[in-house]
Amino acid sequence: MGNRETIVDPRGPIIFDIRNLWAYYGEKPAVKGVTCKIPEKRVTAVMGPSGCGKTTFIRCLNRLHELSPGARVEGEIFLRGKNILEIDPVVVRRRVGMVFQKPNPFPTMTIYDNVLAGYKLLGIKLRREEADRLVEEALRKAALWDEVKDSLHKRGTYLSGGQQQRLCIARALAVKPEVLLMDEPTSALDPKSTAKIEELVVELKKSVTIVIVTHNIAQAGRVSDYAAFFYLGELVEFGPTSQLFTVPRDKRTEEFLKGKFG
Amino acid sequence: MGWGDPDRIFYRLCWGLSLGMVFLVIGIGITLFWGSLPSLKAFGWHFLVGRIWDPVNEKFGALPFLVGTLITSFGALILTLPFALSSGIFLAEYAPPRVADGLSTVIDLLAGIPSVIYGLWALFYLVPLVRWVEMKLGVIPFGLGLPTASLVLAVMILPYAASIIREVLRMVPHELKEAAYGLGATRWEVIRGVSIPYGLSGIVAGLLLSLGRALGETMAVTMVIGNRSEMPRSPWDLANTMASVIANEFTEASKDIHLSALIEIGLLLFLITLGVNILARIIILRLQVR
Repeated sequence: MGNRETIVDPRGPIIFDIRNLWAYYGEKPAVKGVTCKIPEKRVTAVMGPSGCGKTTFIRCLNRLHELSPGARVEGEIFLRGKNILEIDPVVVRRRVGMVFQKPNPFPTMTIYDNVLAGYKLLGIKLRREEADRLVEEALRKAALWDEVKDSLHKRGTYLSGGQQQRLCIARALAVKPEVLLMDEPTSALDPKSTAKIEELVVELKKSVTIVIVTHNIAQAGRVSDYAAFFYLGELVEFGPTSQLFTVPRDKRTEEFLKGKFG
Repeated sequence: MGWGDPDRIFYRLCWGLSLGMVFLVIGIGITLFWGSLPSLKAFGWHFLVGRIWDPVNEKFGALPFLVGTLITSFGALILTLPFALSSGIFLAEYAPPRVADGLSTVIDLLAGIPSVIYGLWALFYLVPLVRWVEMKLGVIPFGLGLPTASLVLAVMILPYAASIIREVLRMVPHELKEAAYGLGATRWEVIRGVSIPYGLSGIVAGLLLSLGRALGETMAVTMVIGNRSEMPRSPWDLANTMASVIANEFTEASKDIHLSALIEIGLLLFLITLGVNILARIIILRLQVR
């Protein structure tokens, strides 16, 4: 388990207070006793070699992990002081949105309906003007509005991969979450689309807390304020990105940053 | 290489036998067409719209059977739909894997029960039930007829419809369902808003395949339809289907034109089921391309 000095509490307001979090698939733990605090309206990058539990970790933060067969979670995750493991997961997921590794717009829906999917799926009725406003606002936030404003009623699957991913970001933002979890959101994209998403991430932290999983060290360096390093299910180190990148306190973090594994 | 090579021989054998099956289908079509020629020549298009089926006076119109077949088959489809949908959804989305496997096996077994047994079951249990309902409704309590045939067909096609719907729902990509869960949708909202729209064309294709089975089903229907070769006057009436009239009259048809008329009904049924099956395959093919 990561020892005390390597887990640095962030300064400023805290949104997530995670205490001794364990996540299992069947009997096998994927996340082992993670304790840390996530700062509000900052970008926190979660890094580590593949299979280190970083994706499982963020999937706990909106209780998506529990959907996997045999999955189980122990510990406490306080979201603004309330333990989300004791709240209805449906409520948690509306407050903590998610963008996935592979762009996954709903193929049966138009761009417009995709953005509003968080309302449509739940049967929430919106007035026309309100729906239009929400769509424009979310697409603008996701830096996609100018590219799709004339084709809102076409299928979302006709867009390029990068545009699809920004559509998914717009879809997540439309329900006005407090936190946006991003699970390697650029791993399926070309460098140009990746750069666009990275710009967007930095822009978005003004209004929403972002936790982004990445196996790309350079990306973590570009976008994040805080960084977490996971290894074999443990949180090895957590702290301000600048500090963690320049003077890592744990030997394993140092080795990872030097590219020795991963 | 050459003919002596076992691999080569096996290859040619497989090719030949597969091709043979294609010729079999074409051959059946040609045989039916050949046998129908006298009737086709004698009645032409009137055969399709004629309401009178009178072998004694050599008047042959197949409309009552067409209507009987369509009413029982579509009736069965409508009756089976809620059950097929709910069990398909349950097996694909709700049931724990082991329960789903067990139940799927039972459902598949249902599909293997010989149709004469369904017919017997219908005679013993459905006929009294339908008769009771008919008495309550104040219509002639035949017990037999269109409603009974539709019911037994509904039970018989349920396994096909349910397992196709289950398979279609299982094909829905996991990422899409997760995206919906991530937006705070409940399980039912995910099924309604994502899985069913995604699988819709597959579900339609599955229902068409089930319809294809209902159209041609003979034994069980013949046992409970009442075998009256007149236009049904109400949904509770006795009737006959294309398959059941052939089964009933073929051995007794002494006149050539009667025989030919029955064969023409067979040709019609062959073409209709072929059409329905091809349509379903096309939909499934398009689904797989996506």
